[in-house]
Formats: sequence, structure tokens, C-alpha cells
Amino acid sequence: MSSPTIQVFQGPQDHTLPVVVPVRPVTLHINGQDRTLDIAPWTTLLDALREYLDLTGTKKGCDRGQCGACTVLVDGKRINSCLSLAMMCEGSSIQTIEGLGTEEHLHPLQQAFMDHDAFQCGYCTPGQICSAQGLINEGHAKTEDEVRELMSGNLCRCGAYTNILTAVMEVMNANASKA
Amino acid sequence: MSQTIANPPDIHLGTEYFGKPVNRVDGPAKVTGAAKYAAEFNVPDLYYGVVVNSPITVGKIIKINSAPILRIPGVVQVFSHENVPTLAWRDKNYKDDIAPGGSPFRPLHEPNIMFNMQPVALVVAETYELARYAASLLEIEYEATAHQTNLEFKRKDGFHPGKEKSSWTPPPPPRGNPKEAYEKAPHQHEAEYIHLAQHNNPMENFATTAEWLGDGKKLNIYDKTQGAPNVQKYIMNIFGLSKEEAHVVSRYTGGGFGSGLRPQHQVFMAVLAALELKHSVRVSLTREQMFSFGHRPHILQTLKVAADDTGALQSLQHETLSETSQFENFTEMVVNWSGVLYQCENVKLDYELAKIDVYTPMDMRAPGAASGSFALECALDELSYKAGRDPLEFRLLNYADTDLNEKKPFSSKKLRECYHQGAAKFGWDKRSPTPRSMRDGDLLVGWGMATGIWDAGQKKAAAKASLTAEGHLTVSSATNDIGTGTYTVMAQIAADTLGLPLTDVKAVLGDTTLPEAPVQGGSATAASVGMAVQTVCKALGEKLLKLAQKMDKSPLKGIDFENVQFVDGQIRANEDISKTVAIKDVLAASGEDKLEAEATASPDMLKQAPYSKHAHNAVFVEVKVDEELGTLHVTRVVNAVAAGRIVNPKTARSQVLGSVVWGISMALMEESVMDHNFGRYMNHDLAEYHIPVHADVHDIDVILVEEEDDIVNPLGIKGIGEVGFLGVAAAIANAAYHATGKRVRHLPVSLDKLL
Repeated sequence: MSSPTIQVFQGPQDHTLPVVVPVRPVTLHINGQDRTLDIAPWTTLLDALREYLDLTGTKKGCDRGQCGACTVLVDGKRINSCLSLAMMCEGSSIQTIEGLGTEEHLHPLQQAFMDHDAFQCGYCTPGQICSAQGLINEGHAKTEDEVRELMSGNLCRCGAYTNILTAVMEVMNANASKA
Repeated sequence: MSQTIANPPDIHLGTEYFGKPVNRVDGPAKVTGAAKYAAEFNVPDLYYGVVVNSPITVGKIIKINSAPILRIPGVVQVFSHENVPTLAWRDKNYKDDIAPGGSPFRPLHEPNIMFNMQPVALVVAETYELARYAASLLEIEYEATAHQTNLEFKRKDGFHPGKEKSSWTPPPPPRGNPKEAYEKAPHQHEAEYIHLAQHNNPMENFATTAEWLGDGKKLNIYDKTQGAPNVQKYIMNIFGLSKEEAHVVSRYTGGGFGSGLRPQHQVFMAVLAALELKHSVRVSLTREQMFSFGHRPHILQTLKVAADDTGALQSLQHETLSETSQFENFTEMVVNWSGVLYQCENVKLDYELAKIDVYTPMDMRAPGAASGSFALECALDELSYKAGRDPLEFRLLNYADTDLNEKKPFSSKKLRECYHQGAAKFGWDKRSPTPRSMRDGDLLVGWGMATGIWDAGQKKAAAKASLTAEGHLTVSSATNDIGTGTYTVMAQIAADTLGLPLTDVKAVLGDTTLPEAPVQGGSATAASVGMAVQTVCKALGEKLLKLAQKMDKSPLKGIDFENVQFVDGQIRANEDISKTVAIKDVLAASGEDKLEAEATASPDMLKQAPYSKHAHNAVFVEVKVDEELGTLHVTRVVNAVAAGRIVNPKTARSQVLGSVVWGISMALMEESVMDHNFGRYMNHDLAEYHIPVHADVHDIDVILVEEEDDIVNPLGIKGIGEVGFLGVAAAIANAAYHATGKRVRHLPVSLDKLL
């Protein structure tokens, strides 16, 4: 006995010819340097960083603005680089994890993340650190609960939240006592 | 030369680093973004492949029309079953180390569709953007036939799987007379516990960069995996490559939780395209495509438990039905531990599978145990109320001093200490026993607890040690670090064994040119690779001593290896520690620029066989529930874990903290909801597949209970990656009952079920 079959079609319903927009030069100001690259206009900032500029510290976890792994700082504000087209960022100052600190000169957040073991697999870590810097720049969060709330756009599947909170609070409090 | 030492004597182990909370040695690379994951090796002239998935669940492909997209400039090729070259087709060629029984899925092998989102084609283009666009335009014609993806409709079709996978043990035969004991007992409880499928969802999506080295079939394969050697064998068997040709690298893995134990289809795709096109190719899966392979299975569990008036367990019956695919029998141990954890003479455990039209389930953190412990620990909680006993008192009353499944003593078991220390820290004695009797303002407060158990295992693993004339030691093994801390544990054990500062020790892993180690899984890596590292460093130490004894006027002449110690960069005689030779001087005097050793460590089966080896934990949870909104927050958790000797309390604590987050996730959020009309998971992204965020995680206390155990392995390591997760979901569900008086037996405990 054979069960009834249904025809299913996958692909575009109309058969208009595919249109591919040509690449064009885009200049991005990243980590203090101007970088010019030839990319298609639909290239996201995230893919421009990872695939064209070898700045792979910025991570892709969902490509839909749902996980925060791709967080970078644009003019000091934290954004999801997967939801930004690269060409929209011309003229802005972009900072990625690579521009925050190096292994020889760690940024205080990077040092605090290490000291408090605020990561395991490390994949969400650059996004968490950039997001924390963005949070500090914003200056809205003062308490632990406020930091928890305002860091909630950055997912960590390893569940390092407790230690990330400790690390961020330490740097925030150190900044506050210096101010 | 490699040497095998089955039972290396426990040589002097310095305590400079072992047991100390040192920072992760891979930390600097991870916090600066320098750590390279699989999709981040930007080799020159890279093509990009995008996978196309089937929209139907069962049926076949009638036709693929790739001509239109191949006309787009920059689109290189479309691979499908229509044009894939003749490759290996036999099951054995596709069976990896972790494969369950059955016939593994062979990507792009045939037009048949066996599950929704089955990968059916790979579109390769010169840029990622172009490949993605072209993939969206690929025209495929299918013929769909009826499918069944709902386990509920397969309740009568369960079967007992055969022992087709060596790491799976079928449930033991029944003991005593569970049915009669149940009928006679004054306090009985029977209920069904359910959870749907769950997806591992590590933060890093699966990806492979296959670098074509311009020479025939030679490839560097940068893959996201929990075991580079497993991937290498898989690729060699399918594509007929040699070890040299299939060089697999996995230096950093952005989370696995079991999903990287088996090679996934993106590595097949990338290798296929690289070999066919003689070009480097990267294939990255999207988050949606992370739902196209493997998951924790949908499981239906029935518990029948009974106790007498003293609170003693009289009968324990745990029966399950778990989903598997049409082509493989995925097995995990769901019920076995229920016969180990408590003292009960009348036990029946049963585990059945039923086939539905999904991809084969796969291991997901604490596979089997996570599901089983949820059901068992909730059922015992329910019985404790019926028997009029405090849940903790009830567990202590039924504490097992021997493993009644195997009739063996435990190699060590500090679960009682977990209960006592956890309860004290939590303040369990202040608990009001009656449900709905505790409040914080308008919020209902609930306190619940549960227990977990996991195997302590050591597997055969090899390592290499290399010491330079400058005194820098490199220890290496083809193992993996999925965030568990393998790099750090290797470096700590090596530094202690040879008495070197940690800054002079480098750990290297995740590369098939290194000595073989098993997949990173089952909480066995610290024990397995840790023993390999200690063994090889000891072998290197023996070589060093021999060279030191050849030096002019050596103070160590005639002294046995057992009678020296390695401390502060020196070899010292135990009997007179003023008799020393600096390790750097040994190499200088020998004229060698480096000294190397390779060794394999295997578990001492003879010593272990008489014992049952397990790690345990006890979890105490507070929840607060807003009765009007049904919202539930886990406000406080104490997790006390006894897992043998802890190599690094800092990284071990992180494993347990993460485990608690996983428990919150399983209890309150995770479920992959299938639209059975289409046979597809509906919530296939991180907006709709919920996992905890920062705001969901509050106070967590981790207690690492001291536990010595020289049976499990000479280092006394039991592993901690899974055990801390166990019991957490049940403790939360039990706390939710204590708060609200409502029993939710179908995870997740979501607000609609509490209202």
C-alpha cells in the first residue's frame, strides 16, 4: 500500500532573473585605523569584520540579533554587528575586541573576566566584554540587578553569568572609585 | 617510541598547582579574541558553501534545477545526490566512534528524505553573501509522503534496543518483587513525567574550514568538534583519505554539550567541496540549521514508587519510552541510575525506543541522566509528602551504601556530606513543610531539593611531552577543550609532575597529529587526559634522571626514580634534598636541544572492577512565584558536589555554576516544539528557543565536597561537567510545588502551567 503523495516545490515562485548588486569600496574606521574593502552592499558589519578583515574576535552566534555574540562598539555604543550593514557604518568609529586590549596589555574588563573565570568556551566572551564596556559607557546600571537586566542581550550557553556579573561589577566599582 | 603504563605508580605530585584555583591558561586568547574557532581560519582563496535543507519530512527529491543559479557570476557549483562522486556507501564507513546502532545518515547520498531540514544540497560561491543568496534560489521538486513525528502516537510501538553501542548499558534485570511490594505498601505514587526534545545550541554554530593544500587530496580540516580524531576517522573512511591527507584541527570549540561528539554533516560538505573543486571551502551552519541534526530526545517516563510507614522505599519502577530516528537506535542511560541511587530491594527498570521521522537524537549534557533524574527525583519528592517525610530526611532514610544494580561497593561516595553541607548552607532546617506556607510579601516561596548521580570514568588516552633546553615544557594530546578547562588541567598536572612553574608549561590540543585521545565527553576528559599527561611527564622525568646521572660528579648517581622528586625546576633526592640537579643543567650537559616522551595511560581495570564508581550531588533551590502572573524566579541555589579530587576549584566551580544555569534552563525554558503537520521544529532560533539570560540567574552557591578516591584513577579525578547539572531541574520543579501546591510533570514549568 502506498501513501498519497504531495508535490512540493522549493525555490523562488517567480522566475525573474537573479540580480546581483556589484561590489563597491567601503571605508571603515576600525580600532583606530581606516580599512577599505570591496564588498557587496548587503554585507553585514559582522561578516565584513570576520570574512573580509580577519577580525574574527567578533563572533557569529545567530545572525539575527538574538544572542549578542557579535556585539561591537560603534561610536562608543554597543550594537549587534549582525544587524548592521557594513556600509551603514562608514564615517563611524568602530571598536572590536581586538581594539580593546591585547594579551600584553589587557583591558581591565579582559583582566577581570580572566580573574573571575567569567567564561568557559569563550565564544560569547568578546561580545560580553564589548557589551559590558557599552554598559559602562551608558552609565545607567549601578546595582547588580541593573547590570543583570542590561546585560541580558548577551547569551552565554556555558552559563558563566554569575562570574561575568562579578567581573563587570568589579570594573564598574573600580571606575566609580576613581571618578 | 610510545609506552603503555597501565597503572603508573602515584609518583610525587607537587601541590603547587593541583587543587589550586589558577586562571585558565587559554584565558588571554579567549578574552582578546585571538582564539581561533573553526570558521575563523581565513586561509587564502576561500570559497563558501551554504547548505540547503529539505522543507519536507518524508519523501524524495524528484528534481534539482541548479542551472539558473549556476549562471550567476561567482556561483561555483551545486552539490547534491545528483552529482556527488561515488563515495563509500557502506554503513561501517559512516560509523564514527560515537555512532549508535543502525545505519548512519549519508549526506547527499540518495534522493530519499527521512527527516525535515535534511541537508539536500550545498551551494558553493566565491563569497558568503553570494552563496547564501544563490542557495535561497535553488529550485528543488519533491514528492512528500505521510510522516509521523509525534512520539505520543507511538506509545504502543516501543521496542528494546540491542546492545549496539559499547558505551550503553541496558537496564539491569528486575530485582525483588516490585509489583507486589508496590501493592502492599501504604504510601504509593504513580505518575508520568514528560519533556519534549531539547537542542544543545552551543553558542558557536557548526562550521568547517577545509583548506586545500594544493596537492591532491591533502587538506587541513578546521572543524567544530569535541573530538578531532573521531572526525579524522570519519572523513578517512568516507573519502578514502590517509591520516596525512585528513589533518583535522580543533583548537577551540565554542561549546559542545554533546553536539560535537559525532561528526556533523557540515564537515562532510566542506571536505567534499574542497576535494571536488580543489579549492579551500568553508561551510558554516546557521542557527536555524543547528536544529537540523541531533537533540535530546522527547521522553515519556512512568514512575511507580512506594514506601512503608517508616519512610523506607519498598518499590521503585521506572519505565521510559524515548524517540529515535527511522535509521539509527539512539540509546542513553535514562533509568539505570534509578537502581543505584537509593536503597530499594524491589526495582524494575525499563527502557524502550520508538521510531519517528526525525534525525537521530544525540547526547546532550548528562545524556539520559538529565531526563531520568528529573522524573525520579520529582517522583520521590511526591512520595515523601505522601509518606509524611521531609524530602531530605526521606532521601537520607533511603541512602544506598552499596550499588544494588551491580552488587558492588562504591569506590567512594560522599553524598551524605553533600546533603549535610548543602542543607546547612541553604538553611533547609528553617523550611516549613506545608506547600504554600512560605511567603515573601506577595510572592509565594518554595524550597525544593534533589539529588544527582553520574559515572566516574577514565578512558585510554595518550600524550606527548617535549622539554626544550630553555626549560619550556609542552604537553600535547589530540583531546579537546570545549570550555571545560582541559588546557588548564593539562598544564597544571604537567607543571606539578615535573616541578616546573606554570608559566614554563604550554598545553597543546585539538590536532590529529598529536597522540590520540577519546572524544571530550562524559566528564571523563580530566581523568583520562590528566592521567596521560602525568604518565608522559613521569616518563620524561625518568629520561631526565638518567641524563642527570650521566653528568660529571652527579649527586643523583645510583638513586632510583622512585626516590627522587621534581621541585622548583630541580631533581632532588628524597633522602637528602641538598642533592640536586637543575633540569636546565641536565639538558645543557646532554647536548640535546630538546627531550621528548610519549605515553598512553589506560584505566586499571583489575583495580576498578570490584567497585561502582560515581560522582554525586545534592541541590537545594528557592523559587519565588507571583501567583497572579504565574512568573517563577529561581532566587537561590546551593549545589553541593562530590566528584573526587578537584584539579582546579576555579574552573570546576564554573562548571557547576553553568550546570545550575542548565538546570534552570531545562526546568523553566527549554523545549523544541514540533509542528507535527510539517514535522519541523517551530522555535528554531534563539529568540524562541529560550535559554536563561543574565536576569534569570541569581545567587548560586557551589560546594565542592572533599572526596578522596584512589580507585577511579591514581589522580583521584571523577569529572564534574555533568554531575552538577543533575537534580537541578527536579529541585526547581519540587520547589515550584512547595511554593504553589501545583505539580508540573511536563517540562518546562512555564507560567501557563502554574496559573
